[in-house]
Amino acid sequence: MDAIFLQILNGLDKGGAYALIALGLTLVFGTLGVVNFAHGAIFMMGAFCAVTLEKLLTLSVKVKDESVTFFDAYKETPYLELWFGDTGTAIIDWSVPLSIILAIPVMLLIGIVMERSLIRHFYKRPHAEQILVTFGLAIVLQELVKAAFGANPIPQGAPDIVSGSAAVGAIFGLGEAVVYPWWRLIYLAFSLITIGLVFSFLHFTTYGMVVRAGMADRETVELLGINIERRFTIVFGIAAVVAGLAGVMYTPVLPPDYHLGMDFLVLSFVVVVVGGMGSLPGAVAAGFLLGILQSFSSMTEVKDIFPGIDQIIIYLVAVVILLTRPRGLLGRRGVMES
Amino acid sequence: MSNTKIVSPKKDMIFMAILSVVVLTMPIWLQPFGAAYPDLMQKFMIFGIFAIGYNILFGLTGYLSFGHAAFLGVGSYTAVWSFKLLSMNVIPAMIFGTVLSGLFALAIGFVSLRRSGIYFSILTLAFAQMSYNLAYSVLTPITNGETGLQLAQSDPRILDHMSGIVADGSLPTPNLFGIEGIGYSGFYICAALMLISFFIYLRIFRSPFGLKLRAIKSNQNRMGYTGFSTRPYLMTAFVISGMYAGLAGSLLAVTDPLAGAERMQWTASGEVVLITILGGVGTLIGPLLGAGIIKYFENIFSAFNDDVLLNAFSFLPDWLAHPVASVVGLFVGEGWHLTLGLVFMLIVIFLPGGIMEGITRLTRLVTKRDKAEPKSEAHETKEKEQTSAGEV
Repeated sequence: MDAIFLQILNGLDKGGAYALIALGLTLVFGTLGVVNFAHGAIFMMGAFCAVTLEKLLTLSVKVKDESVTFFDAYKETPYLELWFGDTGTAIIDWSVPLSIILAIPVMLLIGIVMERSLIRHFYKRPHAEQILVTFGLAIVLQELVKAAFGANPIPQGAPDIVSGSAAVGAIFGLGEAVVYPWWRLIYLAFSLITIGLVFSFLHFTTYGMVVRAGMADRETVELLGINIERRFTIVFGIAAVVAGLAGVMYTPVLPPDYHLGMDFLVLSFVVVVVGGMGSLPGAVAAGFLLGILQSFSSMTEVKDIFPGIDQIIIYLVAVVILLTRPRGLLGRRGVMES
Repeated sequence: MSNTKIVSPKKDMIFMAILSVVVLTMPIWLQPFGAAYPDLMQKFMIFGIFAIGYNILFGLTGYLSFGHAAFLGVGSYTAVWSFKLLSMNVIPAMIFGTVLSGLFALAIGFVSLRRSGIYFSILTLAFAQMSYNLAYSVLTPITNGETGLQLAQSDPRILDHMSGIVADGSLPTPNLFGIEGIGYSGFYICAALMLISFFIYLRIFRSPFGLKLRAIKSNQNRMGYTGFSTRPYLMTAFVISGMYAGLAGSLLAVTDPLAGAERMQWTASGEVVLITILGGVGTLIGPLLGAGIIKYFENIFSAFNDDVLLNAFSFLPDWLAHPVASVVGLFVGEGWHLTLGLVFMLIVIFLPGGIMEGITRLTRLVTKRDKAEPKSEAHETKEKEQTSAGEV
């Protein structure tokens, strides 16, 4: 029971990352009709926003260490600590959550620039060419990040106060022994909130309503005199922000390196296909579903029966879904069906 | 592209002859480019085979597979196992590698070809990733996991022992009845196989079967309305291209009898897509060119490091040489993939037909001066001399 509970939590927060990336992919596909293979790279760049901010905050200077009296010792002290004392230390400690503030404008900008300069020219071209050009873009982005930050993973710490484990067992009446890392719970909450925000933006604002109308019937919306293209560009930016934030918050869970994006891209595409191309609830549901399935299949009890199942479960599910229900779990009729 | 015009068989034969001469004299005319060493030329041949096989599927039918590296991997593993169990002769290795990849492609194609478009891409990608993940984990007894499958002194090699070939203390190398699989002899083995594969590929291109594959690309529905069931044709194309990939994989094992799972990763599938697009999708000679160019530049660019660059820019004043060298350094050496990605993007954006389209445009520019087209990308002129046989 305890193990199952933990696996569900595990799956939910892994699924949170999948759902956030898949949500962006689906938004882009649903609005612009573009299959964006560079979306994983956007996730990765979000993660590196956190790395950049941490690097900036910890810019340090050599200071003489007064506590060593036998010889001249020096230690690296961040400027922030020198200038603001304890406040500075706290800011550095909170660098990952603070990166969100940096990541939102940066990712929005990256998204809009990407859309205006490249993706725009590929609306009308075949899906194969969209895949290819964004695949090329993904390579370029990841190589740039590699050139700037090196090839090794750069670990990021969660703030001290939440770096421990939460006694979730006690809360749910399962015994004291059941604990779970705080940060992963926060990630789960964060992803749920972000998903909620995106959905309420689309459903409860006029802007979102127009976007949805454009997704359903672009031509009519344009005939009504609305510049739908500009809105779709903004939507692309929002998708980039969502993926970027997913990346920022994921850094304490998994130290980011330059091919993080490629690893997640394949998985999140599978998620999108399972959920149904163009269906936002489908992407979210499939993200959590596949996350949970993946964490259950990595339990030793399951692995004893089907060796290796944890490695292939997601792809296996995708194959079965595609063959039995080609438009995915919640896909609309007629979207990319053959 | 527009290879639908009827070409007489005689012309094809002449073309084949020219290509053979060009390929077989590579050790001579590649000298000035600094690429005339066997390892690299073998890579040209092997990836040429891989790419022309891929072109049969992607170029003719338009089905974008993102999982062809799986077949390459299967071919490699099979070949190494054949070296271990049967004989160091390359013939059984290649036969088994090709046949097994073909069977594997049959199984994957049977499932994947039920869908088209992006779903097909995702399905092939999913299968390739499954094979890759399994090769790393559960299939370790067969694939030797992360270490990679290697030859060992104590391998049984039944056929070799029966025919009395005994290894003399050192590890045996793959050979063709005594002709070694490495060095220049290895290059000629690969070159011969490449030419044979190319000939088959040429025949497929010109055959009614090839025409039907092209019809699938241009309009699958209409093809169905005229009474053709497209599945068997697609299936055949998929299996053939899988077998080409398997042959390429087993040749990789011939040149270096070590098979690792990273050969099956999806980025490896991406590479063959890059090669095919760069050369020219659906063109006859494009994929070969693409393979040559990518492997050549990979080799040249990767060799650059900071010192070499600083030397190259030593004519500049000191304060300028360092920044210039570091900027250029982004694109070469370790950063070679950055260049590759950029070039690839430019090709997809401006020249979807790849280098072959560039060449066609250039020839049109030369022959018809009145209809001037300003599109003459600089890098094509460079490539032109490498394509002495590119006029088909």
